[in-house]
Amino acid sequence: MAKDQQVLDSPESKQIIAPGYTFGTVTDQIASVVLTKKTPYVVMGTFAVAMGLLLIFLLAVALLFTKGLGVWGLRGPTMWAWDITNFVWWVGIGHAGTLISAILLLLNQQWRNSINRFAEAMTIFAVACAGMFPILHLGRPWLMYWLFPYPNTMGIEPNFRSPLIWDVFAVSTYATVSLLFWYVGLMPDLATLRDRSEHRALKVTYGILAMGWRGSAKHWAVYETASLLLAGLATPLVLSVHTVVSFDFTVGIVPGWHSTFFPPYFVAGAIYSGFAMVLALAIPLRSVYGLKGLITDKHLDNAAKVMMATGLIVGYSYIMEAFSAWYGGNVYEQAAMWNRMTGPYKYQYWVLIACNVIAPNALWFKKVRANSVVLFIWSLIVLVGMWLERFVIIVASLAQDNLPSSWRVFESTRWDWATYLGTIGLFLFLFMLFIRLLPMISIFEVRTLLPQAKIKEDSRR
Amino acid sequence: MNQPIYGVMAEFDNPSALVSAARAAREKGYRKLDAYSPFPIEELGDALHLHKNKLPLLVLIGGIVGGTIGYALQYFVAVMYYPINVGGRPLHSWPAFIIITFEMTILFAALTAVFGMLGLCGLPMPYHPTFNVPRFALASRNRFFLCIESDDPLFDHRKTSEFLETLGPREVSEVAH
Repeated sequence: MAKDQQVLDSPESKQIIAPGYTFGTVTDQIASVVLTKKTPYVVMGTFAVAMGLLLIFLLAVALLFTKGLGVWGLRGPTMWAWDITNFVWWVGIGHAGTLISAILLLLNQQWRNSINRFAEAMTIFAVACAGMFPILHLGRPWLMYWLFPYPNTMGIEPNFRSPLIWDVFAVSTYATVSLLFWYVGLMPDLATLRDRSEHRALKVTYGILAMGWRGSAKHWAVYETASLLLAGLATPLVLSVHTVVSFDFTVGIVPGWHSTFFPPYFVAGAIYSGFAMVLALAIPLRSVYGLKGLITDKHLDNAAKVMMATGLIVGYSYIMEAFSAWYGGNVYEQAAMWNRMTGPYKYQYWVLIACNVIAPNALWFKKVRANSVVLFIWSLIVLVGMWLERFVIIVASLAQDNLPSSWRVFESTRWDWATYLGTIGLFLFLFMLFIRLLPMISIFEVRTLLPQAKIKEDSRR
Repeated sequence: MNQPIYGVMAEFDNPSALVSAARAAREKGYRKLDAYSPFPIEELGDALHLHKNKLPLLVLIGGIVGGTIGYALQYFVAVMYYPINVGGRPLHSWPAFIIITFEMTILFAALTAVFGMLGLCGLPMPYHPTFNVPRFALASRNRFFLCIESDDPLFDHRKTSEFLETLGPREVSEVAH
């Protein structure tokens, strides 16, 4: 990948990586994060908080299993609320990782090379968190294997016409392909860690994981083909996954859901929230580990631009949602839209408009994109806004559906909070383990970005 | 011709030297040779004539197999094994089957890409003679190696070493089996 090393030559673009690095120093700098015995206190502190939240998650899940779904605020007609909100939110966050690793690879955007690894890790952990919610929401989660078609004594099979089964296939395929792509990308770097580590146990562990990778030109040729093919496969996959997630709603006839523009709208929202999470992770990480030469302001700037562009698509979708509800002439759609704006969820609705439509416009200004503290805060605003978006779509539509006699305002419980915060704990827990145990920046891909990597052909050719 | 060693290996400290060395070795007539680098170098593929591999074909087959299995599974379940009559709608409701067919296509193609890559590379391979060279640990950091293997018909321990010395390496070492 990144075969074309012209970026560093082109005069108009700023260098992706700070000057002065050599193959040796990039290797040592990235590998030292893993191979050192010193862990920064900030990382230890975050790990402790994550561990605490993870324990809360286990408590919430234990309570859910013993008492049932009533511990969440689920009451008719709102039979799925925070759980599906969290599911969509987490899956969406994952999409930026695949976008960076696959789509930007195909588009030959080399700035991705120093952020793709941890963005892919983010994808896998976000999908793991997302996968919790539909399973926990099953009521009898231990029977989740019933979702898959297998020969059974009950003589029944899943209904393949249901979007919920499509979701099972889409999300499990997505998780599998993301994991494979991530692992394939890790192999050369695992070999680096194997060769760099001094402790015997580490050598053996990384050696087994690296599968005997030795950087042979024959292997690199196949490897590059495999990377491009995986990127080509992951690109339609990532677009399909959030499309299928949106089908969970659009195939239903609930007013506010039954709409054909949900797939592109959801995909844009997914990438929007995902880039927010990439920024929220990259900005503290590069400060704590002194990696500002590798994850430069240029990266943050580019990520902020993608975030703004997708944010504007999302803003446009909100406008079109209101417009088509009004112009479509369906009284139920009109009422659902009106309820969203003025009903019991009006605060959430207007806060989400402020977070997702108004706030991203600050990113037009170069000064805002250049200030990493402001960008960090902005990415948190976007994450909150995107959570509220899913909440409003799901809960506001369900709580006031076609039958006014069954209307009921949804009230979240402390266990809704505990489960949600718990998955944030799970995510951070896995992520902190990842940055401690595996190289968080793709070492071999950063090497290709260095000016020395360009081959100087002699005249004999 | 069978020598007790695996081959002779030259170490270079920049990618350009490796590419020109690989090209020179090809021109000299050596065919059983491999280069080792800490990152992919496209020109090296040119120099060693490595551009074709079977992986795309395998992935295509994998994708077609996956898609076929996906569709056949749904057809079998929905039409033959467990038909559900929903308001008299057709059992073979193919538009609803497209999504899972697509997902299975991607899944099988991706699995083929990964396992095909490992298979074509012969990985996992915990032991390889090149690992016997102590400095080869730098092949994953900042050094570039060219190894001419002893089963090459032109291979001669002394002559090949001398040839590699002419290419301006940092060091030439022999690779034990």
